[in-house]
Amino acid sequence: MEIATNPTDTPFSIIMPKPIDHENSSDQIVQPDRETVGIPFVKHPRMSCRDVVVRYGDKQAINSISIDVGKNEALAMIGPSGCGKSTFLRCLNRMNDTIPSCRVEGSICLDGIDIYDPATDVVPLRARVGMVFQKPNPFPKSIYDNVAYGPQIHGLTSTKAELDTIVETSLSKAGLWDEVKDRLQEPGTGLSGGQQQRLCIARAIAVSPEVILMDEPCSALDPIATAKVEELIAELRTQYSIVIVTHAMQQAARVSQRTAYFHLGDLVEVGATDKVFTNPLHKLTEDYITGRFG
Amino acid sequence: MSTTKNNLLTPDKALKKRYRAEKRFQRMGIFAIFISLCFIVFLFTTIITDGYTAFTQTYIELDVHFDKKYFMEENLANANFPSLVKHSLYAMFPQVKSRRDKKMLKKLISPAAAYTLQQMVKDDPKIIGSSKKIWVLADDDVDMMIKGKINRNLNNQNRRIKDLQLAWIDTLIKEGKLEKRFNTQFFTSGDSREPELAGILGALAGSFFTLLITLSLSFPIGVATAVYLEEFAPANKWTDLIEVNINNLAAVPSIIFGLLGLAIFINFWGIPRSTPLIGGIVLALMTLPTIIIAGRASLKSIPPSIREAALGVGASKMQTVFHHVLPLAMPGMLTGTIIGMAQALGETAPLLMIGMVAFIADVPASLTDPAAVLPVQIYLWADSPERAFTEKTSAAIMILLAFLISMNSLSVYLRKKFEIKW
Ligand SMILES: Nc1ncnc2c1ncn2[C@@H]1O[C@H](COP(=O)(O)OP(=O)(O)OP(=O)(O)O)[C@@H](O)[C@H]1O
Ligand SMILES: [Mg+2]
Repeated sequence: MEIATNPTDTPFSIIMPKPIDHENSSDQIVQPDRETVGIPFVKHPRMSCRDVVVRYGDKQAINSISIDVGKNEALAMIGPSGCGKSTFLRCLNRMNDTIPSCRVEGSICLDGIDIYDPATDVVPLRARVGMVFQKPNPFPKSIYDNVAYGPQIHGLTSTKAELDTIVETSLSKAGLWDEVKDRLQEPGTGLSGGQQQRLCIARAIAVSPEVILMDEPCSALDPIATAKVEELIAELRTQYSIVIVTHAMQQAARVSQRTAYFHLGDLVEVGATDKVFTNPLHKLTEDYITGRFG
Repeated sequence: MSTTKNNLLTPDKALKKRYRAEKRFQRMGIFAIFISLCFIVFLFTTIITDGYTAFTQTYIELDVHFDKKYFMEENLANANFPSLVKHSLYAMFPQVKSRRDKKMLKKLISPAAAYTLQQMVKDDPKIIGSSKKIWVLADDDVDMMIKGKINRNLNNQNRRIKDLQLAWIDTLIKEGKLEKRFNTQFFTSGDSREPELAGILGALAGSFFTLLITLSLSFPIGVATAVYLEEFAPANKWTDLIEVNINNLAAVPSIIFGLLGLAIFINFWGIPRSTPLIGGIVLALMTLPTIIIAGRASLKSIPPSIREAALGVGASKMQTVFHHVLPLAMPGMLTGTIIGMAQALGETAPLLMIGMVAFIADVPASLTDPAAVLPVQIYLWADSPERAFTEKTSAAIMILLAFLISMNSLSVYLRKKFEIKW
């Protein structure tokens, strides 16, 4: 199997039932020693992680994980609570740097550049790999300032008009423009939870990242707001790579092309979403999906 | 299963007991508040009833004839103004003849009257030769008499105002030549040995300059320290050591800071003693721990989600702190700073060590002029034997309290105004 990497492909027919033509991709266990089964690697990855080990002090939270994030794909990460999904996600834009006890080993590359290389500057990295958090966390500033902040600090615009355009397009992409266009100067914290989360998404895409990381973005939202965010993810996938952590398997099934199943710090299985949910390769995955675990 | 048997609407014994305990606790709380309110009311009423009289002062109207014979000298300032005052007064009471009585009569007028006349002549030398009715300060004993703080019915020997003087005062009142007026002197002059002349302005200016130094040193240093320690410092033994020491400093008796100031700033650096400069530096040292601790607490209270949000869109550590965390923490920091300033405003002990307890009559005009500060002024006046200083003491306390209360209100206002909700 191969993940479509060409953005001109129709966005919703990503999983192509084609024979494997990539040496690393296989329907079999690719790394028998680490038990990751399925297709963790893709042909033209946006991000590629190899042998990633994460420790909090002495406690090992991630045991040597290797996985790729393709271009224009939504990769879902599922697994029982405490299995290291958030930890791994936060490695992808070095958000773990803020936790003093956290140590990351192995290599994580963004477009072939190791992001953990001492020479890599974390600021542009986070501009290229944006993040949306579990709890909506808009700045206590106006809606406009929330979205404009990223472009401003990165100097993406030189005029107010350009900035206005970025704010408008970002809010439109996040599906929030119509709801807030008349009150851009009101505080972002005054919006509803779902609107706040979409505002945070708008803020993340305002700096035109290549990858957007989402850690349970809908866990605080009602079904309608969730549906809106899911629509948005499908939409965003045409331009960005998306890695989304979710506890709702329905959601993973709806929005993602590939699904990764984590178990106690191990990456057990990665595969095309419909395959993982209908015909998992690994016993642990099957147990989790069918509700016998977690 | 006793709980299921009991109807929820008819509480059982244990529940009733719990309610009673709650009620008892509430009543105790209300009682405690009531007691402390009583103390506060008592404190304020004693201070105000003692002190409000200080805002008026007794004046006597003199018919002064600026006779040319007093102004024969080249320098008008050297003219014998006390004698002019004396003779103007004698002229108003021609019946007073004996030397002893004249001396007593003279005592009705404050020595300050001579300065008033001197000032008038200096301002307008043309008044020499003319006659004028001039209101001059009465002596502090007369003032106390008028304000009822000297008992008329006391036996003549024990009374500071004798029977004879009492009679003169009564005549003056009858003629409308003695009245109480608003005490501008109190707000426009520095300290004096004469209670009727003593004013609070010197201490106010001293406190102002001192706090200026304290604020301009302790606020930037305190905020910078708090931000660095909280946001940037690596977590290691040195940081721990610094943290422990700052917390300890907050508990050091303030007089120690005075000793430090004496030993280092005065004796080693040679900063002039008794000045707002040295006072401000010492008080800055004293308030630093307060500001740092309050600053760190308010930085800590900023939710990490705000930091993550800023870092997540690619803000650097600096940008995160200065664009998002610090503005949110500012109200708390300002509150801490104002509380520290209020502490510094009311502080006496360390200032005693650095010579700010000296009697200083001039209003300081700069940071390096010798000065007193409000609490030290209160201490000095409370220590003075004259009866009239008692009311000055209370009045000074009222002014100090007014400043403290307005500073605290300002801190509440600032917190309300700049508090950002999320
Ligand atoms: N800051 C931290 N310090 C120490 N240990 C941590 C820290 N954060 C997470 N861990 C540990 O790392 C492991 C993985 O945590 P992580 O948050 O990644 O789980 P998760 O898969 O996201 O769980 P959930 O689905 O509940 O969010 C857990 O055992 C957790 O206790
Ligand atoms: Mg998590």
